[in-house]
Amino acid sequence: MFAGALAASTLELLALSPPGWGATLLSGLANSVLIALGAFALGLAIGVGGAYGKLYGSPLVKDLLAIYTTIVRAVPELVLILILYFAVTDMVNQALISFGYARIQISGIAAGIGVLGVVQGAYATEVLRGAILAVPAGQIEAARAMGMPATLLARRITLPLMLSFAIPGLANLWLVATKDTALLAVVGFAELTQQTRQAASTTKAFFTFFMAAGVLYLLLSIVSTLLFNRLEQWARKGQRSMGG
Amino acid sequence: MRALLVPRRLIMLALAVALVLWCAVSLRWDWLGNPKYQALIMQGIWNTVWILAVTMVLGMLLAIPLGLAQAVGPWYLATPARVFCGVIRGTPLLLQLWLLYYGIGTLFPSIPWIRQSELWPILRQAWPYAVLALTLSVAGYEGEVMRGAFKGVPHGQLEAAKAMGMPRFTIFRRIWLPQALHRVLPTLGGETVLQMKATPLVATITVVDIYAVSSRVRQDTFIVYEPLLLLAVVYMAIAALIVLLFKWFESRFPNKAA
Repeated sequence: MFAGALAASTLELLALSPPGWGATLLSGLANSVLIALGAFALGLAIGVGGAYGKLYGSPLVKDLLAIYTTIVRAVPELVLILILYFAVTDMVNQALISFGYARIQISGIAAGIGVLGVVQGAYATEVLRGAILAVPAGQIEAARAMGMPATLLARRITLPLMLSFAIPGLANLWLVATKDTALLAVVGFAELTQQTRQAASTTKAFFTFFMAAGVLYLLLSIVSTLLFNRLEQWARKGQRSMGG
Repeated sequence: MRALLVPRRLIMLALAVALVLWCAVSLRWDWLGNPKYQALIMQGIWNTVWILAVTMVLGMLLAIPLGLAQAVGPWYLATPARVFCGVIRGTPLLLQLWLLYYGIGTLFPSIPWIRQSELWPILRQAWPYAVLALTLSVAGYEGEVMRGAFKGVPHGQLEAAKAMGMPRFTIFRRIWLPQALHRVLPTLGGETVLQMKATPLVATITVVDIYAVSSRVRQDTFIVYEPLLLLAVVYMAIAALIVLLFKWFESRFPNKAA
């Protein structure tokens, strides 16, 4: 009740024009969504490669992928963000210097996408591996028997068929990606949580701003859940329903 | 052990040992000899571990009623429980933590009777907010898991208990809850590792966990990588311990149905 009364008196701080901080929050949200999209796409690309590697790769590839997924799933994202951010910036700069170029500063967005993408990739590998295993073996064998080359088989048979199994897991990963962007606030990147903290500590209206940001995150997750449900229906088109 | 004795694994092992040796020799570890940092590191690990253990236990205690309310509760209990789980799972933990710490934490000093109460010395510190936020987070995620577990217990078991004339609470205590917990045991190990990965967030509200200690070392000594590597190793060791612990638990309570 008390918090509600406090929030009501500071609601005008959320206005979009400059005395209010609404525009700041929305630009933070846009940054968050951009990073989440980039990280999800990168994670998906790594995941497809990783899943195929884990299933059909040489023993060495399988071992290396096992090490990658184990480490990423055991070390906190926050620590990985710091390690990868410093290490990658350092390596890129040393490479640039040895080739005679000047040092560069890697942008926050690129670093965020890269780091979260590597994290997402480890989880996506496991999700997609399970989904590929769920594709009926007869379908793949039939395609092989018809003499389909491996890439065509992946494109026409395996990937479309596994999509309906993979979508629930991928939807979960997307929600994790949107929430993990908040971690970039700790390294000072201007995404939603960081902008919110900035606004809140300037105006001292902590409740109003953190609640507002919470609502924005919730809306994002509700909208994405609806979209993924539509996507799942589309991917299941032509399949018999599991319930019977 | 047999699985390790393949040539490619031996080579990888040798490479790993070489990498560790290289790290030990050519990186700077002299700060580890400083007793001040040794004490800090031990304190940090201890804080991380107890926060993890306490929040998992408290969170599970909250998750049981939340799951029960969602599975079989009347609508006036099920709806709030569902909304709670949705909100916790739909917003970042960092945001919840900062809302509690900066929001409630700045509200309390303005209320006189809280300032004068016995609890004030505790409420002035950061760790109660950290424990509260992490506990609520566990409750939200595991509440959803427990809902599925309660629903998954075979109906025949409950009907048999009812037919034997067991009172409702005894059915819950002896039949329903143990079987539901047994079902979530394999998932719970993974969830505990996820919770461990969330604990470094408490460093952002000045709780001195192992992550905060490593940041402190980096600020004091300007050494960039070494404290982070130590941090990664510590977290991997804790994760391995959690996995082993849950394996042992599962072997103590074998799945009779399987």
